[in-house]
Amino acid sequence: MRTVLRKTGVLILTLLLVTLFAFLAFELIPGDPTTMLLGSDYTPERAAALRESLGLDRSVAVRYLDWLVSFVTGDMGRSYTYSMSVREVLRGKIAVTAVLSLLSWVLVIAVSVPLGVALVRYQKKPFGKIGFSLNQVMMAMPPFFLGILLTYLFGILLKLFTPGKFVPLSEGPGRSLAYLFFPALAISLPKIAKTVKLLRASILSEMQREYVLTAYSRGNSRWMVIKNHVFRNALLPVVTYLAMSLADIVASSIIVEQVFVVPGLGRLLVASISNRDYPVALCIVVMIASVVVVMNYLADILTQAIDPRVRLS
Amino acid sequence: MKKRILSLVLAVLMTAALCGCGGGKSEPAQPTATPEGSAGEKLTGGEITVGIAADLDTSLDPHASSSSAGTREVLFNIFEGLMKPDANGNLIPAIAEDCTVNEAADAYTYTLRQGVRFHNGKTVTVGDVVYSLTRAAGLETGEPLMTELKGVASVEAPDDRTIVVRLKAPDAEFNAYMYAAIIPEGNDPAAEVVGTGPFRFVSRAPQENVVLEKFADYWGEGAIADKVTLKVIPDPQTLVLSLRSGAVDMTNHLTGSQIADLEGLTLIEGGSNIIQALYLNNDFEPFRDVRVRQALCCAVDRQAVIDLASEGHGTPLGSSMIPAIEKYNVPELLELYKPDPEKAKALLKEAGVEKLRFSITVPSSYPMHVDAAQVIVEQLRAVGIEAEIKLVEWAAWYDEVYKGRKFEATVVGMDTHSLAASGCLARFQSENGKNFINFSDAEYDETYAKAMATVDEAEQTELFKRCETILAEKAANVYLQDPSSFAAMQTNIGGFRFYPALYVMDLATVYRMS
Amino acid sequence: MFDLKNKTFRAGAVITLVMLLIITVGVFWTPYDPNAMDAAGKMAAPGPRHLFGTDNFGRDIFSRVVQGAGATFFIALCSVSIGLAAGLLVGGLTGYYGGWVDELLMRLNDTLTAFPSLLLALVLIAVFQGGKYNIILVLGVLFIPTFARIVRMEVARQKALDYVANARLMGVGDMRILFVHIMPNIWPVLLSAVAIGFNNAVLAEASMSYLGLGVQPPDPSLGRMLNEAQGYLLRAPWYALSAGAAIILLVLGFGLLSEGLGGDGRA
Repeated sequence: MRTVLRKTGVLILTLLLVTLFAFLAFELIPGDPTTMLLGSDYTPERAAALRESLGLDRSVAVRYLDWLVSFVTGDMGRSYTYSMSVREVLRGKIAVTAVLSLLSWVLVIAVSVPLGVALVRYQKKPFGKIGFSLNQVMMAMPPFFLGILLTYLFGILLKLFTPGKFVPLSEGPGRSLAYLFFPALAISLPKIAKTVKLLRASILSEMQREYVLTAYSRGNSRWMVIKNHVFRNALLPVVTYLAMSLADIVASSIIVEQVFVVPGLGRLLVASISNRDYPVALCIVVMIASVVVVMNYLADILTQAIDPRVRLS
Repeated sequence: MKKRILSLVLAVLMTAALCGCGGGKSEPAQPTATPEGSAGEKLTGGEITVGIAADLDTSLDPHASSSSAGTREVLFNIFEGLMKPDANGNLIPAIAEDCTVNEAADAYTYTLRQGVRFHNGKTVTVGDVVYSLTRAAGLETGEPLMTELKGVASVEAPDDRTIVVRLKAPDAEFNAYMYAAIIPEGNDPAAEVVGTGPFRFVSRAPQENVVLEKFADYWGEGAIADKVTLKVIPDPQTLVLSLRSGAVDMTNHLTGSQIADLEGLTLIEGGSNIIQALYLNNDFEPFRDVRVRQALCCAVDRQAVIDLASEGHGTPLGSSMIPAIEKYNVPELLELYKPDPEKAKALLKEAGVEKLRFSITVPSSYPMHVDAAQVIVEQLRAVGIEAEIKLVEWAAWYDEVYKGRKFEATVVGMDTHSLAASGCLARFQSENGKNFINFSDAEYDETYAKAMATVDEAEQTELFKRCETILAEKAANVYLQDPSSFAAMQTNIGGFRFYPALYVMDLATVYRMS
Repeated sequence: MFDLKNKTFRAGAVITLVMLLIITVGVFWTPYDPNAMDAAGKMAAPGPRHLFGTDNFGRDIFSRVVQGAGATFFIALCSVSIGLAAGLLVGGLTGYYGGWVDELLMRLNDTLTAFPSLLLALVLIAVFQGGKYNIILVLGVLFIPTFARIVRMEVARQKALDYVANARLMGVGDMRILFVHIMPNIWPVLLSAVAIGFNNAVLAEASMSYLGLGVQPPDPSLGRMLNEAQGYLLRAPWYALSAGAAIILLVLGFGLLSEGLGGDGRA
């Protein structure tokens, strides 16, 4: 319990640091939002007035605290470029990216665990060998390239979905998920391959342990040993990896969204940075980073719950 | 079934429309006949999805003069002025019913059309018109929002049906600027988008879409479709893909290379009314010598540029004049420089330039220009000229090249604010503020000034043609083409028309077919 | 440390060496000039004349893929070198001396890893604009924490070993111990990280250039080719497939190599 408390403390500290980092980063970036907003014809007076109206004339520390307090209380500020609040700008988009990432993540978990075990079970059979080689190649696939291939194969040639015709979640969750399945596939396939690889290696190394020999000597078959003894222990590093991989999944979904014209956070993030619309960009970056930090924290706690031995180290 | 319909030749001249105020034609022109052999019957209502390559500007202020072309052409559907352009290149009365000009051409009197409603349900009053024009012309702030209106001295409403606009100096072309949007008195377009057009603004999701809905109380022939969604798809390849898959019903401004992969769609070809050229900074040391510029003209094969960068879809240009204005065309200028590497080398040698190296600054957001620049670099390499492409963002291009004139060469397309000769030619006068290439030629200045002062049309045309000839002979720039622009739509979409006027994408006449 | 009996290592080494060989030859000679255009031979299918066909400008795709792979490799090489050099310095010093600077830097490091690196790269490149050298710089800087962490861990471990204590007793200076005695011993661990670094650099460059934020024309790169090729996938599928295949081979080679060197192959 004490370790959990301590870790929670570290979590909060890290979250604070993340917000501070992100805030300072956008502070240090070259390019003043005011010149971007005023265009090429502007007078110093107008720039000063705009700075004041945006609150940019106050000191960095004051602005950071101000922003942090409002952010924590759910007020994400106003967009510099669009005449609406950040909340309005992001409306609907967070959900899309979140659903896409989660769907990919679920796919990774649902496919990689049985596949990894199967590859070990049939290690010496053609299925195991071919599967392992394919897995190696799949690991090297950039998700966006896979996205292009899937679009043409399933969208244009087989017409299983209409590329570009994303149905908003609010209009038809079912159709929306059906569309998101394809980008999710593009994101998850390389991740599945990496997880399979890791699980396979983990099981195989666990098989070298002494307790496995004991289990064999009791007359268990190889499959029984894997199923009843090895699997649970071998899963441990994989769980940590799966929890941490959500970060990469979110990052790739931001790119794959472009391939499939999914209106998530991706394009908005890039556009808001080049428009110097920092309230929007900052909000997106902080949200993603927070998800990552929290996931890492949960993975940490979960690992302990599964395997008490870890507590000692 | 691939169809190509050449757009109506844009022969109708703006000047013809500018003289009068239109003969009381109160309704917008009827949609032209549907393309022959099209699928089925015209349907009223329904929803249409239009793909656009860039999100609209963050500000939807119709008076903002810095608006992008893409924003203006959409706002055309939401806002109207006292006058508006029609599909035939005429100006027709819109919120005004009628207009008279005094003889000195410095006072314009408009009669308000009765019963025109704003999207918020209120009826348009002279107060709204005075507010809108005062705001657009910046009469209170001293800074006109619409630079076109800088000549306005006052806007008054003597009674509740009449508006009088007085000008600082006579201007016979003034009515052309009266597309200036009328908005409700006291309205701030940044907070609320309210106009009188056939469509009303419903919502926008940044970098995602803009939704318009049919305005039921429109004073004229209203929109046919009930709803239009403008979907933002910045990646050109993805845009084409969305058309192919049917996710998007139509899109405008596709380039020749983009349509090459489109099958089974209706394509309408039109000029983009831009003058694409390798613009040369005439003040850059080697380019000061006319022979060097001529050498570049001989080294560049414009037909090859059109074939490679635009898949053959473009009208070659020999000088600075858009082909839409037919009467100013000088076809001989195309023959002035033939692709001739030997002659190019000889000219360079004559000019004493051993090794010519320069950079071509290109705005990165225009694949059409980037592709053309790549082809040119290769062609120049064949004659031993080393050109290097320097890609910059549009804002940087505008600041450095256009305003700062700090560049060596650039490939862009120059558009014109109107379909008058001055739009294409004025900028090359030595002292003109827009002469970003620093072209300076006494004969040109003289001829241009003479042309502007000439009243006789035939004589004036000859003088403008002479100006074009000087630009070509002095090799001010390496003129390339007016690239074709395509509107592509699914075969069950009809009614789309190109307008000769710039910055118009009329969605009111677009309909779905069964 | 190079285990030639290890199948994974062998496969990785073969793929990587073949790719490097092609790239090296490509610097001096390609079947065609990668930039030479040919209006008559646009979009030609793969065949004896053009191994991988031609693109929309009639340029030979094989030559362009070779050149693009070279450019991508160059970017990876430079960015990994920057990350490695800075990582060695920072990780070496903090690992060796420890103390509050070490604590602080490691906290910082942990916070940085909270941002997915691809996301960070995208943000930075959107801010600083694309272009070959900016990518190198951005990726290089992003690699520093990873390398620094590995170096720090290894240095701290080595510091406790006898040979370091011996050297110290003999009066060897700190800097000399760190860079002459310790560094050579941590190479085996670092090599695997370097291979993964290459892997990540190739993927990051491809992703950024694909989004139009990375390498700009006329500079070649595999990601940019893929972006261009996407528009012609139906008419000329060989264009995208060859660029994609080159990316996959580079990544696969480095991945296998890293695994063979003892890493777990995680990117």
